[in-house]
Amino acid sequence: MRYNIYVYILVMAAVTYLIRALPLTVFNKKIKNQYILSFLHYVPYTCLGAMILPAIFYSTSSVISAFCGFLVAVILGYFKKGLVTVAVFASVAVFVAETVLKFAF
Amino acid sequence: MKKDFLKGLRHSLPIAIGYFAVSFSFGILTAKYLKYGFSAVSSGTMSLTNVTSAGQFAAVTAIVGGAGLFEMAILQFIINLRYALMGFSLNQKLPENMTLFQRSVIAFGNTDEIFAVAISGKYPLSFSYLLGLEWLPIFGWTFGTVTGFLAGEILPKTITTALGIALYGMLISIVMPVAREEKSVRITVLVSVVLSCLLFYIPLFKVINSGFAVVICTVISSALGAYFFPVKEEENEV
Repeated sequence: MRYNIYVYILVMAAVTYLIRALPLTVFNKKIKNQYILSFLHYVPYTCLGAMILPAIFYSTSSVISAFCGFLVAVILGYFKKGLVTVAVFASVAVFVAETVLKFAF
Repeated sequence: MKKDFLKGLRHSLPIAIGYFAVSFSFGILTAKYLKYGFSAVSSGTMSLTNVTSAGQFAAVTAIVGGAGLFEMAILQFIINLRYALMGFSLNQKLPENMTLFQRSVIAFGNTDEIFAVAISGKYPLSFSYLLGLEWLPIFGWTFGTVTGFLAGEILPKTITTALGIALYGMLISIVMPVAREEKSVRITVLVSVVLSCLLFYIPLFKVINSGFAVVICTVISSALGAYFFPVKEEENEV
């Protein structure tokens, strides 16, 4: 069953706000459990990893151009380029690849 | 008071510009899904009330996939759980006399980048400073979303297609430097990516929608990571 988009937004906003607000207001105590701390340490990266792949390959009009963008982003990211730099150059790579593909075939 | 606010504002300028650029591509992304209820207003509302790149990004996939509300709540919980970690860390640096109301306001804009700036400075984290730091990026994030949504219809298709990858590029730029430095992160991310590809490409798992697949991959790989590579407390700087 599909819900109205504003219902989704309300649920998202409520959950996200509670996550942000509770540590600053209610749970004023430090987490001590090493397993939970470790788990939380990995969460952002594993989550991003699963979100990026394989979805990124279907984010443009062809898998080939998307792969070019992916490659550029990984290389620039490896060399610790900033958020905007990586995003822009990945887009440029896709644009170039799609232009080449259009004329080559 | 006023000086702190202006200082925060100045520190937030690069974040706000970056947010505008990234949320611009988020706006373009949502413009592809008009029939699921996305509009300039609803996309803008989502950005204004959530201010999370990864969370919103995953939400689009979940909404398009027809996720249930509980599923959406769990998805946001898992993806945004890192904000709780940051919150615990930020909490140590807030002045004791900060009121509950002020804390509730500040919590709203505690994003990855704002947290990073707030925690890195040697400035006293006053309410005014944090307020100055937060509002412009939130505005940039919302304004960029709306602009992207509207411009997406005007810009030529080659440009919008190319920008479709921008958000992924941004996410990669968050993961790669840490994956490069920490072997344990590298391995757990790899496990997560492999799982994600398995769930995507093996026909048997097609029933699992992509939003929930992210949750499954995150939980399994992070749990394995925590078991095999426990993080010592002092290393756990977020």
